[in-house]
Amino acid sequence: MSEESNPIEVHFFASLRERVGTARLSATADSLSEVHATLIQQLGTDRVAHLLAPNVRVAVNQQLIEGDWHSDLQPLPAGAEVAFLPPVTGG
Amino acid sequence: MKTPDPRISIQQEDFDLAEEYQALRNRLGAQIGAIVCFSGLVRDRNPVAGDGGSVSTLRLEHYPGMTEQSILHIASAAEQRWPLLDWRIIHRIGDLTPSDQIVLVLVASAHREAAFGAAEFMMDYLKTRAVLWKKERSELGERWLDSTQADHERAEEWGTTSGD
Repeated sequence: MSEESNPIEVHFFASLRERVGTARLSATADSLSEVHATLIQQLGTDRVAHLLAPNVRVAVNQQLIEGDWHSDLQPLPAGAEVAFLPPVTGG
Repeated sequence: MKTPDPRISIQQEDFDLAEEYQALRNRLGAQIGAIVCFSGLVRDRNPVAGDGGSVSTLRLEHYPGMTEQSILHIASAAEQRWPLLDWRIIHRIGDLTPSDQIVLVLVASAHREAAFGAAEFMMDYLKTRAVLWKKERSELGERWLDSTQADHERAEEWGTTSGD
């Protein structure tokens, strides 16, 4: 990761918050792929495995992204809010 | 940003159906021909999605901002399908207990078909697309709930108009 990496906030909700063991953490990353590398360092591969389940959705600045987040190289906006969302149910 | 539309409320407090109904009537006056009111309550047992034990608490969690946006998408999709005059959606969060009110959907239209259809559509999508999470605590333990297969099938029957 480069020196000028972008500071971001990562949020975990509901069952993922419990499995990961925290509601949020701060990190620096220029892409979701870098977020993946940072999370492995901070949380370990076992906990990150929960975030790779196919039913987990990822939002960047509250917009859902498509595709595999962990290999996504698109640049993250400055100060991005990255959120991991388990399957939803309301009503 | 936390309130994309004043007709959507995500709140811990209970709501008053009569008050909300009256407010909707007052906003629109005599052009309304029909208002459909749906209120969802916390059941004491959840044999389908839950563990089937006697429910003591249902905890609802949301993502401030994104939850409201997801509900606005659902309401906007309903507005594209039916000629609606107005609507109101309240979803409660926090700890609820059996028989508590959890969700309110009010839909006003000139004719009843639109209000019935849109209210059902909104509820089917609230079950499957709204950014909300439920954790059920029962005598048998605690578990996060997922929408049921039946919920997904109902939402899919509406076709591809999405709450995404």
